[in-house]
Amino acid sequence: MNSQRQSPIYKSRLLQPVAERSPETHPLTWRLRDDGQVVDLKEYQSKEGYQAVSQVLNGHDPGAVIAAMKEANVRGRGGAGFSAGLKWSLTMQGGDIPRGYIVCNADEMEPGTFKDRLLMEQQPHLLIEGMILAAFANNARYGYIFLRGEYVESARVLSEALAEARDAGWLGPDVAGSGFDFDIALHTGAGRYICGEETALLNSLEGQRANPRAKPPFPGQSGAWGKPTVVNNVETLCNAPAVMLRGADWYQGLSGDGTDDGGTKLYGASGLVNRPGLWELPIGTTGGELLELAGGLRDGKKLKAWLPGGASTGFLLPEHLDLPLDFDTVGKEGSRLGTGLITVVTEDQSMVALMRNLEQFFARESCGWCTPCRDGLPWTVKLLLALERGEGEAGDVELLDKLAADCGPAQTFCAHAPGAAMPLETALRHFRHEFEQGIRQSKGKPHGDPIPVGEV
Amino acid sequence: MATIHVDGQSYEVNGADNLLQACLSLGLDIPYFCWHPALGSVGACRQCAVRQYKDSDDDQGMLVMSCMTPAADGTRIDIEDEEARAFRASVVEWLMINHPHDCPVCEEGGHCHLQDMTVMTGHDRRRYRFRKRTRRNQYLGPFIAHEMNRCITCYRCVRFYNDYAGGTDLGAFGSKDNVYFGRHQEGTLESRFAGNLTEVCPTGVFTDQSHSEHYTRKWDLQFAPGICHQCAMGCNISPGERYGDIRRIENRYHGEVNGFFLCDLGRFGYGYVNRTDRPRVPELRPAREREQEPEREPETLGVDTALARITEALRHAGRVIGIGSPRASLESNHQLRELVGEANFSTGINANEQLCLGLMDELGRSCGLPAPTLREVEGHDAVLLLGEDPMESAARLGLAIRQAITAPPSEYAAKLGIPHWNAEAMKTLAQDHRQPLFIAYPAETELDSLARDRVALAPDDIARLGFAVAHDIDPTAPGVPGLDKALKSRAAEIASALMSAQRPLVLSGGALDSPAIIRAAGNIARALARRASRGGLLFVRREANSTGQSLLGGQPLEWALDQLTDGNADAAVILENDLYQRLPEARVDSALANARPLVVLDHQRTRTLSRATFSLPAASFAEGDGTLVSLEGRAQRFFQVFEPGYLRPEARIHESWRWLHGLSVNLSGDTPGDITLDEVTAACSRACPELEMITAAAPDARFRIEGLRLAREPHRYSGRTAMRADQNVSEPRVPQDPDTALAFSMEGYSGFRHPHQQVPFAWAPGWNSPQAWNKFTDEVGGHLRGGDPGIRLLHPRPGLYHYDCDIPEAFQRSDTDYRAIVLPRLFGGDETSARAEPIRQRMEPPVLLLSENDATALGAELGGLVTVTGEQVCVTLPARVQVDWPRGLVGLPAGSVPMGIADGPVTLTAGPGSTPTPGEEVRA
Amino acid sequence: MEQTPVTDPNTIATDGFRLHPDDEAAMREEIGHFEQPQAACIEALKIVQRRHGWVPDDAITAIARVLGVGPASVEGVATFYSLIFRQPVGRHIILVCDSSSCFLTGFDQLRDALGEHLGIGLGETTADGRFTLLPVCCLGACDGGPALMIDDDVYGPVAAGDLPDLLEGYS
Repeated sequence: MNSQRQSPIYKSRLLQPVAERSPETHPLTWRLRDDGQVVDLKEYQSKEGYQAVSQVLNGHDPGAVIAAMKEANVRGRGGAGFSAGLKWSLTMQGGDIPRGYIVCNADEMEPGTFKDRLLMEQQPHLLIEGMILAAFANNARYGYIFLRGEYVESARVLSEALAEARDAGWLGPDVAGSGFDFDIALHTGAGRYICGEETALLNSLEGQRANPRAKPPFPGQSGAWGKPTVVNNVETLCNAPAVMLRGADWYQGLSGDGTDDGGTKLYGASGLVNRPGLWELPIGTTGGELLELAGGLRDGKKLKAWLPGGASTGFLLPEHLDLPLDFDTVGKEGSRLGTGLITVVTEDQSMVALMRNLEQFFARESCGWCTPCRDGLPWTVKLLLALERGEGEAGDVELLDKLAADCGPAQTFCAHAPGAAMPLETALRHFRHEFEQGIRQSKGKPHGDPIPVGEV
Repeated sequence: MATIHVDGQSYEVNGADNLLQACLSLGLDIPYFCWHPALGSVGACRQCAVRQYKDSDDDQGMLVMSCMTPAADGTRIDIEDEEARAFRASVVEWLMINHPHDCPVCEEGGHCHLQDMTVMTGHDRRRYRFRKRTRRNQYLGPFIAHEMNRCITCYRCVRFYNDYAGGTDLGAFGSKDNVYFGRHQEGTLESRFAGNLTEVCPTGVFTDQSHSEHYTRKWDLQFAPGICHQCAMGCNISPGERYGDIRRIENRYHGEVNGFFLCDLGRFGYGYVNRTDRPRVPELRPAREREQEPEREPETLGVDTALARITEALRHAGRVIGIGSPRASLESNHQLRELVGEANFSTGINANEQLCLGLMDELGRSCGLPAPTLREVEGHDAVLLLGEDPMESAARLGLAIRQAITAPPSEYAAKLGIPHWNAEAMKTLAQDHRQPLFIAYPAETELDSLARDRVALAPDDIARLGFAVAHDIDPTAPGVPGLDKALKSRAAEIASALMSAQRPLVLSGGALDSPAIIRAAGNIARALARRASRGGLLFVRREANSTGQSLLGGQPLEWALDQLTDGNADAAVILENDLYQRLPEARVDSALANARPLVVLDHQRTRTLSRATFSLPAASFAEGDGTLVSLEGRAQRFFQVFEPGYLRPEARIHESWRWLHGLSVNLSGDTPGDITLDEVTAACSRACPELEMITAAAPDARFRIEGLRLAREPHRYSGRTAMRADQNVSEPRVPQDPDTALAFSMEGYSGFRHPHQQVPFAWAPGWNSPQAWNKFTDEVGGHLRGGDPGIRLLHPRPGLYHYDCDIPEAFQRSDTDYRAIVLPRLFGGDETSARAEPIRQRMEPPVLLLSENDATALGAELGGLVTVTGEQVCVTLPARVQVDWPRGLVGLPAGSVPMGIADGPVTLTAGPGSTPTPGEEVRA
Repeated sequence: MEQTPVTDPNTIATDGFRLHPDDEAAMREEIGHFEQPQAACIEALKIVQRRHGWVPDDAITAIARVLGVGPASVEGVATFYSLIFRQPVGRHIILVCDSSSCFLTGFDQLRDALGEHLGIGLGETTADGRFTLLPVCCLGACDGGPALMIDDDVYGPVAAGDLPDLLEGYS
């Protein structure tokens, strides 16, 4: 229902023209068109599309696919960075183990992240091809693309592409004439960030409340409906076809010497930068390079801090701009690479307000299953609101320290609360004075009435 | 076995449990909320954190949830680790953020798991200074009160209600810190196991509304080890009394029978004990006066006068018939038989039912398969329900069958490395996994949704199906002539499923009052036994002591009435039995008219009691002791909860066996003297070889622990000095109990360290909630350390047994008349609880069941009623059409129809008009 | 996937919900995509919502019947997901992104401008039943922050001054 008037319609776009992209250097995006239109089946096939599927499936060696993925060390682009090949090698197969599922995690909802949208809206067949390869490697019977409900355009494009692929024999009872049967259904969600957690996603796929599941058992042992299930992010799966065609060595060589990780990555920048956007770059590109591509900060402001890959990563400082953005390096600085799309904070923006916003997000998106997340995060929100309003009490900052520490990994049921704790912990570490400024009251006076702070 | 190291100590554990369960079983305290012994681990609350070390060299370790960590060999943990303690303190602090400060007015206070864990964790002040969340509550029916502000979101309620008990109308709604547990709409909770929410909920969200009416703190209640009298299951209960009323019933853990759960009939059916119209003193209604002035109040008598006058009257009688009761204890029945003599004793059970009971006893010994306990039922991997609906007739058994059928695929799980206690992972695996369940029963049942196949047949056809199954299992069993094709293939399918199971269970019973069905079930069991199967055979009996009464023996009720009607006897003593609930009114009337005197002992003012010349106020399960035999053949003792005369000095309530003993000594002219429970139990044991072992059902009155009796009251029991002050300011000595080893006092043993069987209430220091049972069991969820109560009487006997060849003809529908069958009903189907609030509110309106074709043929009018007319009686009820209900039958609800309606052919009449559609009720 | 809500104002706040035969058929087709019927629950709720704008109480029991599950489990799902509406909503849904990138690029101002323009705050519906304003998790349009979504259309960056023209397109 588009308005006829001039409206700021949002369109996902890559800020690199076709001329800058080639199959050898930009495996994820080289086919994308400058006009942003969908690369349809015909065009996709004319650009090496489904060649990997044809070759691999007719080679009848699923083990080789896993080996190649392992060797290429394609690490999970959803943010956790776990080796996709290793994950695939752990999937239960054979004997009386039933064939299971490939689930594409297309529930892109990490604040600051807008990369999978591009791949799905403009190049759906790359994802489908990646899923077929994953299915073949993992002996999966069926695939689901778990897409967030708000990605209406992606849903439209993917539906069409799935039909095209099915008609062309890339999906169905005999994929590419190999005898392998596999099909994919598109499943759209109905909101909730937690659905992006792979086990919560499985519960959601089963039509349940999206509470995460305990691991072990891992999805590869008992996933959707108790069958072996592989859950991979969109971008991860999109890497598979090129790895199959060009090999692990080529893939490893895509990144520079500054990093141990291989391949490219969809990087992006948002916040108050001059040219927010998205680029496919060798993994290990630094924050500084990204900031430069983004044209620096608006109005000549100074950088105060930045999140390397979404709301659930820890704050980095300007001094970290020279670090290669790969999984291990960022991890050493008390943060995580996450999705690799940086969010910048300028010197005049309040860390307390930003933290309040982030914690509100995490508290609101908690599934309500485990206690630290369900009841701990709203308390942090209320404390942050009090600090933001100058109603803090002595001891509040220490309480926040404790809450952040108590929401660490293994103490909570899934990674949601640790994701909330990491930015809080780093913000308290780097910008403690901002929080302390919110304390105006001494501790210990009884309150006549409870303080109605913080509608979460 | 495995060795684990906890806080530097080494312990031997079984290695299969999680750490929490293992530690609790060792007697170590770790706080927890979402874990429950029967529900497994989900890791939601994070309260049970401990520090785990990789090995002896690891001095860092990391926090783990003990409920989600296997207690594998070599595991090293510290419960007392400082960081673990601090984290556990944080968890309880978070849980308390929104929890109200309402313990003083909360009904859970004093037996609240949340209170216990908060104290255990050391959380004693609130740092959270912001506004708490508040919620609206729902009306959930007459049993359960709802107070959502107290919720700590442990998810136990929905995990029990839905996952364990199969309910569909309680859910978790919303998300984040706003998860609401309730119904999708206000209304009565549909599950017949809803009452367990009061114990499963670790705090006061779901509380016992029947208790609210007359609330008393747990520590102010007086308890005794009880046995539920509402069906034949023999569930162990802890009834709690205050001021002469039963205030609530809690589950009493039994490792083989009820485990942690009761059905709602058992939990809420006690209201008849508290009825104000109960007979409390002996009464006299001279026959002539009663005829002339039926409204006249009876004359009340003192105990000695009553005994003397009854003795006098009986002495003048020619022959006295004694009519016993399957809802009364063995001791009372035995004492009645002693009074009137074996030749004059009737069991008080209808002839056909008694025939069925006899067959069940016999088959229990001779079919070659044992009768499983409830715990064993849960381990069976294929179940055939032949003509029985346990959800209506013995609901706790239905719940156990549900566990058997929904058991997750454990071998496959083991292959995936998923431990049995990982509840959510098991649930995921079990989604498309069901053990085979076959149901042959005319009406729809609650277990249908789990059944692989349910076939709606007339009773004789159910029997034929059963005989055919036996024949398919063992071709030497007699075949069924003329069996139609459809049933033949069904029989083959059932037989094949039972044979391919490791532990097939055949479950039948008296629901349809059909000896043929029981014999058919026996044949199946024999056939399975010959195939060397580890199967089981279990029969549902109707009443609390049906099994015991059948073993005791005696003439059926019809015989007794005939003796009176025919003038062969001229007096009768009736024990705790309303004959109008068993045989047609006219037949009872004419028999009782010839009984002079008619002596009736009961604790309820029944119609039979109102016809008595003399009535004697009997003790209910709450005021007396006795022994019952449950449907699995387990003799169990129930103990007096309180002394009725202590608070109501005018009351003259005694156990029937005590009254009957009094009459006996008076009649025989023996020296008057009291009798004790142990004496009468021993006499009953001597008199009946089948019951020889009943003396071992519980410790006798001499039992002591550390020289002490067992206290019926918790040590904090308060108000004893004041509670009788309105009657007399000088506090009397507490009642003495000559019959049992329990004391009507807080003075006595109430600990857990010394193993004992008969636990009036579960309490241990720091453990005030029902979770205190952990302290009384050998391992959590295992058996009582003192042994599970009761003793099994029915054992398979070796011998040469043959198949039963008496196969009924197929049911033939008549064009002119119908057959009525009376179907058991959980709420409203039994004699005593049907008189109890809030069971009366929970009863479904009675309807009759018809097939669609018959309804059409009758022209049953929408908005009209259908009248069922028998030879002597008739009943009019709204009709409900069940699509597969067998033609030619009409189904009637127990408790709402006149006796005798099912004895012969009936005719059906309905007003003119359109035909009701399936599932639609025809309303008045 | 069609996501435009087909909203008949008359269906809002009326009793006696009836499941449209087409909707029931669509649900049964969805069930076919999965191992267990429960899996179609979210889609079934969305099917009802497409027709009615929201999910009325009686639709919960109707869906439960189609899926063969208990009503509590359907309600549990309906109340968990943020894009399933269990109360009547306006004809158009405005999802305004309040996540970090949009927060840093002007969410507060955009929210205030929306409030001023529509006279409602987050979580509210305009008196004329035209718009419901809701916060949403990161819309994945961070390079266009502050962003919002009206029905199926994503806009960003949206300045306060864009709003009058933008909203006019939705009657």
